[in-house]
Amino acid sequence: MNIAICLKQVPGTTAVKIDPQTNTLVRQGIESVMNPFDAYALEEGVRLREKQGGRVTAITMGPPQAEAMLRQAISLGADDAILLSDRAFAGADTLATAYTLAAAIRKLGQCDLVICGRQTIDGDTGQVGPEMAEMLDLPFVSYVSRIEEIAGGHMRAQRMIEEGHESVEMPLPAVITVTKEINTPRLPSLRGIARSKSAQVPVWTAQELGVDTGKVGLAGSATRVVKIFFPQRERKGEVLQGEAEAQVECLLGKLKSGGLI
Amino acid sequence: MTIRIDTGKCDGCGSCVPACPFGLLEVIADKARVEEGCTLCGACEAVCPSSAISSEEIVQAAPASDEHRGVWVFAEQHGGRVKAVSYELLSKGRELADALGTELGAVCFGHNVADTDQLIACGADRVYLVDTPELADNQDELYARQLAELIERHKPEMVIAGATALGRSFFPRVAAMLKTGLTADCTGLDIDIENRLLLQTRPTFGGNVMATIVCQARRPQMATVRPRVFKKSLSNGRQGQIIKVDFERERITSRTKLLGFVEALGEKVKLEDADIIVSGGRGLGKPENFKLLEELAGALGAAVGSSRVPVDEGWIPYAHQVGQTGKTVCPKLYIACGISGAVQHLAGMQTSDVIVAINNDPSAPIFEVATYGIIGDLFQVVPVMIDKLKRE
Ligand SMILES: Cc1cc2nc3c(=O)[nH]c(=O)nc-3n(C[C@H](O)[C@H](O)[C@H](O)COP(=O)(O)OP(=O)(O)OC[C@H]3O[C@@H](n4cnc5c(N)ncnc54)[C@H](O)[C@@H]3O)c2cc1C
Ligand SMILES: Cc1cc2nc3c(=O)[nH]c(=O)nc-3n(C[C@H](O)[C@H](O)[C@H](O)COP(=O)(O)OP(=O)(O)OC[C@H]3O[C@@H](n4cnc5c(N)ncnc54)[C@H](O)[C@@H]3O)c2cc1C
Ligand code: SF4
Ligand code: SF4
Repeated sequence: MNIAICLKQVPGTTAVKIDPQTNTLVRQGIESVMNPFDAYALEEGVRLREKQGGRVTAITMGPPQAEAMLRQAISLGADDAILLSDRAFAGADTLATAYTLAAAIRKLGQCDLVICGRQTIDGDTGQVGPEMAEMLDLPFVSYVSRIEEIAGGHMRAQRMIEEGHESVEMPLPAVITVTKEINTPRLPSLRGIARSKSAQVPVWTAQELGVDTGKVGLAGSATRVVKIFFPQRERKGEVLQGEAEAQVECLLGKLKSGGLI
Repeated sequence: MTIRIDTGKCDGCGSCVPACPFGLLEVIADKARVEEGCTLCGACEAVCPSSAISSEEIVQAAPASDEHRGVWVFAEQHGGRVKAVSYELLSKGRELADALGTELGAVCFGHNVADTDQLIACGADRVYLVDTPELADNQDELYARQLAELIERHKPEMVIAGATALGRSFFPRVAAMLKTGLTADCTGLDIDIENRLLLQTRPTFGGNVMATIVCQARRPQMATVRPRVFKKSLSNGRQGQIIKVDFERERITSRTKLLGFVEALGEKVKLEDADIIVSGGRGLGKPENFKLLEELAGALGAAVGSSRVPVDEGWIPYAHQVGQTGKTVCPKLYIACGISGAVQHLAGMQTSDVIVAINNDPSAPIFEVATYGIIGDLFQVVPVMIDKLKRE
């Protein structure tokens, strides 16, 4: 079974902090990390390969620095890694990102399953997986919390929705996005670390992918970010004084007069 | 997507260089330069003393797309009942349609859907209803194909859906079929009337940064919208039309099959729908202490939430987790007990109408967002609350 894992490099969450004085983002210890959800996607792919055989290929679209994350993926069990990097890819929205990833998966050929994380922690849209599935014309299931069975060219999986969970079945090849309930990612193995240092990480550019440059990067994006601002956290909070008894009395009074209870 | 640096104004002072969270700025020959990868986060703009950096892109008029008119809301249902979020979107959709002087359509897929009249009472001029057993359950692939077809036939200029599990997984497919833009999980929608553009505002970076996004050139403009952001509005005298659309079962098929559904247990009140939520964090100390919160929740008719720590510790199931990687809630009242208020937690609850924080550390960040703060031991405060509420 050949599996492709889509991974994105994101700023480590702790890195994005607001300076209360200037109300701007401050950076403490610049660090880019593998999107946390993508670690679950990778782990699931590696587990499936351990059971079913085949190859796990880690793919990312990003700047040249993203190679470090791909090497990390190899240390965690990926067999191969491919970096999609080209100036033309910069500024992509989810439509252009999905188009580029879909082109890479086509070029890869022979892929039975594509696994993505449920969403990233920066862009946070969760749209790349389903958009890519549509572009590849493959069946798709989101929020997978358990792969129940893979047999006879079909997959049965459990997916989480607000009301509970659904059991769904689909033919392979397919695309899924996974939640963190699906597994507990392993730590890198010594062999993996050794491999990650020596492995070749090919870089595919727009030309090698044979994509239409009007459909990638900023040019291929349908959406534009036109404004960025910081949410106002100017709630004038009130600290209720006294002992527990008095505090609670005061609180319940306020909640009642506000019609909340 | 990148900032613009006005080289006329830039004096190469370098203040912006350390401000970029991604290390993309450098000063070469006394002028700042940005490498690729800019996310338009705005951090550099804010620190530039010469106002040389601007992150606002110029919104250009959309190319002629006169054939696209009308605002549509996808009205999601579950088990034959229209979901609350659908009514919230109709209320906002009505505003948008009125601003543009156009019609508001609602699209509803399901089987024996009970309250289609309500869609009209809540704002729709037309309801496109596909009522068939195949669409009873939320089926991504069938829903996506059916909606894409209706959009191609009727050409609305804007289509919005709830940012629910269904909305966030089938809407992207529709956007990909139509090769148009989609903005995720919006908390604000406005109109640039002149250009007939939907200004879509959404939180990113776990709620720390707000971004306004437009889809200039392609139609329709699509967005998913977070539940409980807009308020339902009902006017019973409204007139509208229900248009029944036949389901073409030979053509619209799905490769994914729904085999079964298991309702989440142990949750008396759904977090997302609850008016009041009582949440606990690491401060509870051990799993048994959630009983105390359940008792408080019982007295208030509230649902029980949690920060990530109790979930990771196995004190309470994941379904209760509030935050960036859990649920986003917006109740009228959110009571946080023994929760410090990490940004990832705030991301899931900071838009609640009233927030009460009970914490024994006066410097806990949760107090920055709390409407009412009680600095004290939750094991003293909460029992007093339960006691007083029960006595009433
Ligand atoms: C502030 C801000 C707001 C934005 N809002 C929108 C918006 O509303 N609509 C929109 O279309 N774009 C938006 N974008 C652009 C979007 O973030 C980028 O297109 C990004 O490349 C992918 O989207 P995502 O981070 O949301 O990924 P998601 O869709 O959340 O990612 C889901 C999964 O897809 C895979 N994946 C995602 N990106 C890559 C990649 N580069 N390489 C490999 N695998 C990947 C991973 O498995 C990941 O877990 C926004 C960007 C910013 C900075
Ligand atoms: C990628 C990522 C995603 C995350 N997603 C989420 C998420 O979705 N949701 C989430 O909640 N977190 C999330 N987190 C974790 C988050 O960063 C915090 O670690 C977590 O929210 C802390 O939980 P807490 O407030 O319960 O614990 P702590 O931060 O340990 O706070 C416990 C608080 O209880 C108080 N306390 C202790 N004893 C008492 C007492 N007797 N009476 C009153 N107060 C007391 C303490 O003063 C303290 O403020 C995420 C982190 C990352 C990196
Ligand atoms: S907008 Fe943000 S990401 Fe872009 S250059 Fe400035 S600081 Fe860096
Ligand atoms: S802070 Fe402003 S003036 Fe200074 S180098 Fe950066 S862009 Fe130029």
